[in-house]
Amino acid sequence: MEHVLQIIGIEQYIYLSILLFCIGVFGILYRRNAIVMFMSIEIMLNAANLLLVAFSNYHEDANGQVFVFFTMAVAAAEVAIGLAILVSIYRNIGSIDIDKLKNLKG
Amino acid sequence: MIEILFYILSALTLGSAFMTIISKNPIHSAIWLVVSFFSIAGHYALFNSQFLAMVHIIVYSGAIMILMLFTIMLMNLNISDEISKPFFTKLIAVVCFGLVGLVLIASLAQSAPVIDAYAATGKDYQSIEVLGKILLNEFAVPFEMAAVLLLMAMIGAVLISKKDKTIA
Amino acid sequence: MDTTLLTIALLLPLAGFLINTFFGKSLGKTVVGIVSSSTIAIAFIITAIQFVALQNGAEPTKHVWFDWIRIMDYTIDFGFYYDQLSILWLLFVTGIGTLIHIYSTSYMHDDDNFHKFFSYLNLFVFFMMVLVTGSNLLMMFIGWEGVGLCSYLLIGFWYQNQDYNDAAKKAFIMNRVGDLGFLIGTFVLLHIFGTIDFVEIRNVLEFENLGTSVAILSVATLGLFIGATGKSAQLPLFTWLPDAMAGPTPVSALIHAATMVTAGIFLITRMNFIFDLTPNVQFLIAVVGALTALVAASIALVQNDIKKVLAFSTVSQLGLMFMALGFGAYEVAVFHVITHAFFKACLFLGSGSVIHAIGGEQDMRHMGGLKNTMKITYITFLVSSLAISGIPPLSGFFSKDEILLTAFHENKILWIAGSFASILTAFYMFRLVFLTFFNKFRGTKEQEDHLHESPAAITFPLIVLAILAVVGGLISIPGSSWLNEYLAPVISNNALAHPHELGTTEYILMGVAVVGALIGIGIAYAKYIKNKHVPVNDNNVPGLQKLLVEKYYIDDIYQFLIVQPLNYLGGFFKRNIEALIGGLISGLGFVAGELSYQAKKSQNGNIGLYLFVFVIGVSAIMYYLFIAN
Repeated sequence: MEHVLQIIGIEQYIYLSILLFCIGVFGILYRRNAIVMFMSIEIMLNAANLLLVAFSNYHEDANGQVFVFFTMAVAAAEVAIGLAILVSIYRNIGSIDIDKLKNLKG
Repeated sequence: MIEILFYILSALTLGSAFMTIISKNPIHSAIWLVVSFFSIAGHYALFNSQFLAMVHIIVYSGAIMILMLFTIMLMNLNISDEISKPFFTKLIAVVCFGLVGLVLIASLAQSAPVIDAYAATGKDYQSIEVLGKILLNEFAVPFEMAAVLLLMAMIGAVLISKKDKTIA
Repeated sequence: MDTTLLTIALLLPLAGFLINTFFGKSLGKTVVGIVSSSTIAIAFIITAIQFVALQNGAEPTKHVWFDWIRIMDYTIDFGFYYDQLSILWLLFVTGIGTLIHIYSTSYMHDDDNFHKFFSYLNLFVFFMMVLVTGSNLLMMFIGWEGVGLCSYLLIGFWYQNQDYNDAAKKAFIMNRVGDLGFLIGTFVLLHIFGTIDFVEIRNVLEFENLGTSVAILSVATLGLFIGATGKSAQLPLFTWLPDAMAGPTPVSALIHAATMVTAGIFLITRMNFIFDLTPNVQFLIAVVGALTALVAASIALVQNDIKKVLAFSTVSQLGLMFMALGFGAYEVAVFHVITHAFFKACLFLGSGSVIHAIGGEQDMRHMGGLKNTMKITYITFLVSSLAISGIPPLSGFFSKDEILLTAFHENKILWIAGSFASILTAFYMFRLVFLTFFNKFRGTKEQEDHLHESPAAITFPLIVLAILAVVGGLISIPGSSWLNEYLAPVISNNALAHPHELGTTEYILMGVAVVGALIGIGIAYAKYIKNKHVPVNDNNVPGLQKLLVEKYYIDDIYQFLIVQPLNYLGGFFKRNIEALIGGLISGLGFVAGELSYQAKKSQNGNIGLYLFVFVIGVSAIMYYLFIAN
């Protein structure tokens, strides 16, 4: 069985990753709900992971996949803390609409 | 056959990611995101990185999305009561979408790398044995650091979401 | 010549200045007076010792302290040159200085700033000594500036009065105008000779032939002469001297009669070898001197302030000295400097004694009949007035007569001017004597009750100076002049080379001069004793007299031509240029404020905006890094 990269080629994976990343960017700027913004961030991270794994297979090097491990660990930690902060904010202002967080207005 | 599989998985990934963003109900967004994660795991499996696919499902779908769902349910957000952004902002979002895509693709085109065709040698580079060896030999220190990071995240999350004790 | 002793003599007044400045307040008036007077007295004694040594055959010595300026080929050292001329000047500067210090201990007794006065006086004597002993033009310039400074400090000594401050400023600024000429002269000489040391320039002139054009040398001598004009109050820079009478009388006596104003004559005598090479400038000097003598004497005819009369008289006599210098008769000018110092100082101190007795009154119309109550002052004053009028055998006769004889042989017109000025001198001096000391007292009753002779500290210097005014003429009698022999090494073209023959012309001229003086005295006697005329109020004077009273309107001309345009220029700059610059700077501040106000709007706290800018920024960076090459 041939490898998927021989059949499809690496450019497709690059385009896929770029498109997924752009969807994530779009999501951040489009929605006001903080949770959905977090999800968009996860989408962007996943796009990067995908590309890393694709190139790891292209160069037949395991370093790319090890890096994905660490990225995943960081993403997990970030989500934990972010959601904790979000809960604090919800306790303070009763909503998670980010447009209500204007106290830094100068 | 693999081609078809690739295209189905790609469509699933992109479509579910898009639906995540568009859905009004946050719970729906979460579900769509889980679907997206599963499809990405499928991509990993297509690459023959089984271990990574498993880990991806466990960590992302099994941990992170559960966390988000819990938070959504905690804040009672299943009713979508959010005012949508003004039209100008939505336009800006679309423009940014296009801009980032354009910049990235343009930089790819500009650098015009020479992409050799993939030649499969029979080397085993991503079986779990090899991954384990590399992780614990060359990347031992980042591994430990990641452990510290997760510890910090745990402590931080607990501390931040504690309720202030009132003096009474 | 013992240079150690002379250096001590030079530094003693400086030490006196420092002691009085820092410790004067706590030392008390008596100690301050003793310290200051003794520093000058010791300096005088040292100078006298060196003078005797010089007579016994000592050589003039140059004492260099260190190399001061060394640029390219020019070396200027910080040194002092003690020769006949400088020792002579030192003698009478320190001698008269000591007498005036003693005088001031009594005159300034009631003043609160007693110690400050003495510190300034000591500083002045120090700078004057530097001026006369400097070995090159730049050292002399240090002293030149220093005496100008001390003059400013002392004229404005009673600083609470704004008029006195203005007079001090006027003196200093006019001196400065002259100093520009001095500096130009110095620079030209440095350029021509490569040195400004007196001995070296003289050597260069005698032994080498540089072939410098007379025109360039004339520029240098003209510059030096302008400097002398400022310092010695000649036309047109003389109006500061009458105003300088605002200072205390000892200051007027020391600075503006005997020492500082003679600095100009000292300069020209020092550089006599250069001036001899530029006869055009010498002619100019003579004309300016004669004109000044005439103008000042005519103004003095109508002055009513006792010190102002003496001030204009000083200007007039200085004019006669410059006339002598203009004819190349340097020894004659020096002779008149010395005799003038004696009798003018005596006159000023005498007027101080009178003013002190009447309690500050200076207007002669309110004086009179003082000869009975102030005998010593009267006698010394009378003697000095006779000396200045040129009555034989007093000193003034010999010195003035030498000047007029030289003038007669060189230029008859200037001789007529000089003689006429002398006749006027006799007239106004005796006008002063008669108005002050004769007839009845015209002041208030309480002033009359307080009339008394001044204490010994005041009368002692008067007596000494009067005696010197009498016998001072003996140093240069026509036919056997000790002064001419003494100054011969200093002056290139000296009088010993062509002695005067005392023939009939000379005797007739002497007779004419004496008769002229007696006529002047006689007219004054007729007007002020016989007719008991008292000068009227300044506003009611007719035509020509008004011109003289207003000092030929020269002060007003200067005010119009120079002072007002300068003030206007300053005001213009203040109103317009400064407002412009200030507006520019505040405008910048205003722009910064507005910019920041507009920039503040980007910080609206909207996270969406921040994220958007974030994305744009990252895209820009990526564009720059990967696409733009």
